[in-house]
Amino acid sequence: MNLVLHIWRQKAPQTEGGFTRYEVRGITSEMSFLEMLDVLNERLTSEGNSPIAFESDCREGICGTCGFMIDGIAHGPVAGTAVCQLHMRHFTDGMELTLEPWRARAFPVLKDLVVDRSALDRIIAAGGFVTAPTGAATEANVTRVPKQSIEAAMDAAACIGCGACVAACPNASAALFTGAKISHLGLLPQGQPERERRAIGMVKQMDAESFGNCSWHGECQDACPKRISIDVIARMNRDSLRAAIARPSDGGDGSS
Amino acid sequence: MAATGVVLVVFLVFHLAGNLLVYQGAGALNAYSALLRREPLLLWLARAVLLFAVCVHIAAAARLGWRDFQARPVRYRQLVPQSATLASRTMRWSGLGIATFVVFHLLHLTTGTIRPAPFEEVDVYRNVVGGFRVGWVAIVYLVAMVLIGMHVWHGAWASLRSLGVSRPSLHPKRRPVAWVLALLLWAGFTSIPIAVLLGVVR
Repeated sequence: MNLVLHIWRQKAPQTEGGFTRYEVRGITSEMSFLEMLDVLNERLTSEGNSPIAFESDCREGICGTCGFMIDGIAHGPVAGTAVCQLHMRHFTDGMELTLEPWRARAFPVLKDLVVDRSALDRIIAAGGFVTAPTGAATEANVTRVPKQSIEAAMDAAACIGCGACVAACPNASAALFTGAKISHLGLLPQGQPERERRAIGMVKQMDAESFGNCSWHGECQDACPKRISIDVIARMNRDSLRAAIARPSDGGDGSS
Repeated sequence: MAATGVVLVVFLVFHLAGNLLVYQGAGALNAYSALLRREPLLLWLARAVLLFAVCVHIAAAARLGWRDFQARPVRYRQLVPQSATLASRTMRWSGLGIATFVVFHLLHLTTGTIRPAPFEEVDVYRNVVGGFRVGWVAIVYLVAMVLIGMHVWHGAWASLRSLGVSRPSLHPKRRPVAWVLALLLWAGFTSIPIAVLLGVVR
């Protein structure tokens, strides 16, 4: 299989970037998309050119390190899949593909297809945790949690923080990511003591990172490799509005 | 944004209910309009609430729109929407269209500044029927109602989610309430100029 790729090349954060055309030959349908890029990079390296920078780690769809736009779709054309788990059998010989990094003010490009997603880390640091001394794991049935809450919390906890929701959102909003983290902890008993402070802190940080706002296009849900539902955004809004009413001194802002 | 949107949708439902009195004839509609005018304090209180809601709604939309615009300084060469609807992607444009229409609508049927047909302040029924008999006026109203239908279809669904009052669903994009509201408002308002043009209401 031979392909033509138009890939965004950018040397450094402050430099001007642009698209470069590459022809890739000898691709088999069993390769993953990243392995296809590995093939291209080996050739570029042996020719003395700089390889295309892209991020990856586990390559089994669970770490959230990889991700870029393929033909205008975050993580490419297959739903519920990170780009490392996207295989070349979904493409046909002779296709032309455009590869772009996630684009958002909060995600500055570091190099080529690699962006700085530390804005998401700072949202987590603003409340996405439980400050209870846990010690050894207790017997599982000591704290009983309704089945529905367990399932909903688990669905939200599936977020791997890849940033595809921000990338796919026409407003570059991080509402799905933040909503998933707030829902994950807010649905479980361990997350209750800090629920209000968490919602206010994380939403505040999300706004401070110059992400856009959620206007319910629903694109994030389709881009998410874990298919996290936009219901988590409604839950985030409910928690942050309720917290803003209950603790106005914390500066809760329910304007979005 | 969401809260003021809810206020405006509630107003639209009452507005439609009042307007549908046109099917009961000139007496009913004019009596309703006289009823509103008999209590100027209440009328102006309602108008003040609406004006406030409209201003906050537009100001919030402008603020959010500006933030969204700034949130992606380098545009994509290609961004292919997977499920964003026409309505969701045109909310700002339909909103602008509706705002323009509301100004026209007030100048036409409230103040009588724009007079496509003879205008008599106490005879609302005549003003409506006379106005809608003019082709371009009817078209303006019909187009505006499509915009309102689309705006409400997305807005009614989205605002409840922004306020966090929607319940989790296996199909979070289904919107029965928004469908009913949008269809009701669009069909109800649209039926009046159509009925006038067909000569059912004369």
